[in-house]
Amino acid sequence: MQRLCYALCLLALTLHAGCGRRETRVEYGNREQILFKGNGAEPAELDPQIVTGVTEHHTIMAFLEGLVTEDPVDLHPVPGVAERWDVSEDGRVYTFHLRKDAKWSNGDPVTAQDFWESYRRILTPTLASEYAYMHFVVTNAEAFNQGRITDFDQVGYKVLGDHTFQIRLASPTPYFLSLLNHTSWFPVHLPTVRKHGLPYVRGNKWTRPGHHVGNGPFVLDEWRVNTVIVAKKSPTYWGRDTVRLNEIRFYPIDSADTEERAFRSGQLHVTETLPLSKIEVYRNRQPEVLRVDPYLGVYFYRLNVTKPPLNDKRVRQALSAAMDRTALVEKVARGGQRPAYHFTPPGTAGYYSRAKVSGDLAAARKLLAEAGYPEGKGFPKVELLFNTSEAHRAIAEAIQQMWKVNLGVEVQLVNQEWKVYLDSQHALNYQICRAAWIADYVDPNSFLDMFLTGGGNNDTGWSNAEYDGLIAAASREAHPAKRMEIFQRAEALLLDEMPVIPIYFYTRVNLRRPEAKGWHPNILDSHPYKYVYLEDSPGGTKASATAGTGH
Amino acid sequence: MAAPAQPVAITGAEELEAGHSLWQDAWLRLRKNKLAVGGGVFILVLALASFLSPLIAPHSYDTQNLALGATSPSGQHWLGTDDLGRDLLSRILYGGRISLSVGLAATLVAVVIGVLYGTISGYFGGRVDVLMMRIVDILFSLPFIIFVILLMVIYGRNIYLLFLAIGAVEWLDMSRIVRGQVLSLKKQEFIEAAQALGLRRRRIILRHMIPNVLGIVIIYGTLIVPRVMLTEAFLSFLGFGVQPPMSSWGTLISEGARSMEEFPWLLIFPGLAFSSTLFSLNFVGDGLRDALDVRASKD
Amino acid sequence: MLRFIAKRLLETIPVLLIVATLTFFMMKLAPGGPFDTDKATTPEIKAQLEAQYGLNQPVHEQYFNYLGQLVRGDLGPSFKYAGWSVGELLWSAFPVSLELGCYALAIALTVGTLAGIVASLRKNTVTDYVPMMFATLGICLPTFVTGPLLIMVFGIMLGWFNPSGWDFASDRVLPAITLGLYYTAYVARLSRAGMLEVFNQDYIRTARAKGVSKWRIIWRHSLRGGLLSVVTFIGPAIAGLVTGSLVVETIFHIPGLGRFFVMAGFNRDYTMVMGTVLFYATLIILMNLLVDIVQVWLNPKLRFE
Repeated sequence: MQRLCYALCLLALTLHAGCGRRETRVEYGNREQILFKGNGAEPAELDPQIVTGVTEHHTIMAFLEGLVTEDPVDLHPVPGVAERWDVSEDGRVYTFHLRKDAKWSNGDPVTAQDFWESYRRILTPTLASEYAYMHFVVTNAEAFNQGRITDFDQVGYKVLGDHTFQIRLASPTPYFLSLLNHTSWFPVHLPTVRKHGLPYVRGNKWTRPGHHVGNGPFVLDEWRVNTVIVAKKSPTYWGRDTVRLNEIRFYPIDSADTEERAFRSGQLHVTETLPLSKIEVYRNRQPEVLRVDPYLGVYFYRLNVTKPPLNDKRVRQALSAAMDRTALVEKVARGGQRPAYHFTPPGTAGYYSRAKVSGDLAAARKLLAEAGYPEGKGFPKVELLFNTSEAHRAIAEAIQQMWKVNLGVEVQLVNQEWKVYLDSQHALNYQICRAAWIADYVDPNSFLDMFLTGGGNNDTGWSNAEYDGLIAAASREAHPAKRMEIFQRAEALLLDEMPVIPIYFYTRVNLRRPEAKGWHPNILDSHPYKYVYLEDSPGGTKASATAGTGH
Repeated sequence: MAAPAQPVAITGAEELEAGHSLWQDAWLRLRKNKLAVGGGVFILVLALASFLSPLIAPHSYDTQNLALGATSPSGQHWLGTDDLGRDLLSRILYGGRISLSVGLAATLVAVVIGVLYGTISGYFGGRVDVLMMRIVDILFSLPFIIFVILLMVIYGRNIYLLFLAIGAVEWLDMSRIVRGQVLSLKKQEFIEAAQALGLRRRRIILRHMIPNVLGIVIIYGTLIVPRVMLTEAFLSFLGFGVQPPMSSWGTLISEGARSMEEFPWLLIFPGLAFSSTLFSLNFVGDGLRDALDVRASKD
Repeated sequence: MLRFIAKRLLETIPVLLIVATLTFFMMKLAPGGPFDTDKATTPEIKAQLEAQYGLNQPVHEQYFNYLGQLVRGDLGPSFKYAGWSVGELLWSAFPVSLELGCYALAIALTVGTLAGIVASLRKNTVTDYVPMMFATLGICLPTFVTGPLLIMVFGIMLGWFNPSGWDFASDRVLPAITLGLYYTAYVARLSRAGMLEVFNQDYIRTARAKGVSKWRIIWRHSLRGGLLSVVTFIGPAIAGLVTGSLVVETIFHIPGLGRFFVMAGFNRDYTMVMGTVLFYATLIILMNLLVDIVQVWLNPKLRFE
């Protein structure tokens, strides 16, 4: 049957070659330096202080620039609006020296005052910015956001001159500079915001094309909902001479299948994702466009530790050990993911967990027997909850089978629609529940502080005073190596107590034309557009693919 | 309905007698229709195979073979396997239990409610009709997804509620179609004659109205079946229908469609089961319609 | 007739009010809210959000506030698309869905009724079986199968059409066929059944006996009665067609209304749910009114009641 498909494809190709072919959109883009990008979903908004999603982040990155930006290859902080910065000895005071040629798209200079005003806006309670907490590392930011103080001058932001801006942190935060690449730290042009509505509530119309004023390498030219967002090269951006793309078009294609078809017929340079079943096809036939890159996220199961039988640590450990993670990754998930034997992805800011979960099946059976369920006998009815999706279903089905075969434990699968699932998870109205965590910044803290007692994203009912103490100690520790050691101990504790079963570490799987250059794989899937360009290498796609893997 | 007891009894008996000959005639005519008989037999065989699937399925529907993965049809797995290495034939057979029972039960619910509701609304007309049809308008407009989520939250997962939820939506079209037919039938000579003769409403509705709309009802009923089967897949998506690893034809088809280029058999075989059932059902429906067409027999 | 229409239009007000009320409270009962995500924000920020949208008030107050807003013609801001109002989003997407719906409707009505009539003329012959086979096939193939199949053949293999987008006139062809095919099948089967029904009516028999020509019988006498059920079916179907189809819009990446209708429920975008439901309710009521008018026109014996 597959052979028939190949034959048909071949036939189609021959027919295609026969009639003088139209130029594809991608070819047109290569000629004109226009990048056509699949963008996943329609952005909810383009206001960096209101948005919450990855899609919005990837779009807004084109229009706005923070104090620092990131290196496209390894993400280390490089100068953005600030051309240099000093850090005080205790690691708590950052002084940023802004470049004099940084301009908004309306020609106004970007000043320290702009940043101060922007950060006041995001922390103002009436704006109800969901990512305001990203600023809580700053002195008094949390108090201002929660209305406990009303004088913004008490918050740790200080304008020391038109081009000098100072930030005072509540505690030394080694990952502070990498936070600054999050949309919540981007500046907004307050005069424009004031012009198009009330500045400190939602529903402001300043992000519409024609109204929008930004300071990034591109300006918003067109925004048609569910159709396209067009970004044009900015004539006022300080680094405009190095920006090579003339235009980026973001297509909010939410179906992976639709996106793949668009890519296949030359409508897109880059896709957001790739359907599971297509990965193998591309791996065999067009490996030069397939991209499988590590991603800073972990796929795991939450266990509700407040109800039997999962309140017994031995049961939790047995369930974890009875999973064949390699088979799950290679046969079910199939996207090049790495099996997860610990929780924090390896290499998160140089951190590699020494503690690992066991994969010892005999030990798992013994643990289960000790817990009172020899060979799964008498094991109560347990439900495994996941939100409806083909991928989650396949993983759950496979794990269900593994537990049945390896432990004699029967679990029942239950799928729920997204919001119902979130509700069940948060209300601890589940026994085992599929979950995932994608980091907002590159630091083990981003993964490990989730399981603090009563944490908003704990959702397992697990509480451990020693663990809470370790995470608190890490936040006070200024010495990087000592801090990592504390995380090692915290993670070892987490893996032994096992309120969560790590399953695999994410990868980003997508398609990218070899002509798109300056687009480097990295764990945050962050690709600053000012480094991206299109170049049609002579010698066809094969040749350019080998060149492409060179960077 | 405060009528003396006796006439009712007599009417009932008459109905029974007349009904007997009507249905018997229809049955005789239906039996002569080869396509209809063939279709009927096919559905029966398929239904039987589905309901006996624990006995006759070559494999279990949920036994996986991760190392095998998705393979095309072979001697071992006649219709191939899915991406977890499960036998497709067995999954289709088991899935038939869900799809056939949902398809027939929910359709029956929809047809019965729709026909009764539409006939009453159309026949009585006036205020009754206005009120009943506005209720239909309201039900048409309510958001289905939220309705289903609420049902699920309140009652939990329950296969009978599934029938009800689908039936509760699908009868709306049916009731409006039947009402339209009844409105126009009402003005025809034979009904007006019956009314002039002073026949009871119940009798007119049951003996004259409903038989005359049955043709359209049967045809539209067969059109509801596939919709119902696919709606079931959507409800499973909302967490209301069958839970994995069990599957239905609807869920198999929608999953198969996602990898139709790589693993076409995963779409083709469930699709074949689904469409051959519908074809057979249509043959039976057409045959039934012809058989029940009272006036055509006078030719 | 004008009085009839005026009366029916008056009736829409209570109907819409009931729909709005039921939907509002159903929505509030459904678990999960518009701002629930898998990354929980702090309780304080959540409270700020709820205050911003008035969700911290008692439900009955929210209800009356919403109705008051509605009376002023304001559907409110979308909760999901924070920068847009529900009205803006719906009105920008409606022309797209209307256009696509009209093409699909045109296909369904012309191809469907023709096939149905042809099939009914020679019952149980090849000219009956072939169109009906196709009709049944059209019903068996859900749009999520036909759409990708059409793209694969005409978009990717032959390269005649773009596989996605809504920019050029040619981008209308495949979605219109995909959406139209499904309804064509319904129309074909219903019109065949309707025509067969009518052919046996006394007045047609009389006409036939009088030797009136066959086409004249079909055109002048049968069509009216025969297409009755098609008309009844097509009313609500039009309301469904012009409000878009999520499946077709997703497959072809079309900026239509269907997406908002379905996703609003999933996103618990309360104002958007209300907006779409009221929009659809209005259309349904108008279409059913239209159907009732056409029914009278098709059957002069009926009167407007």
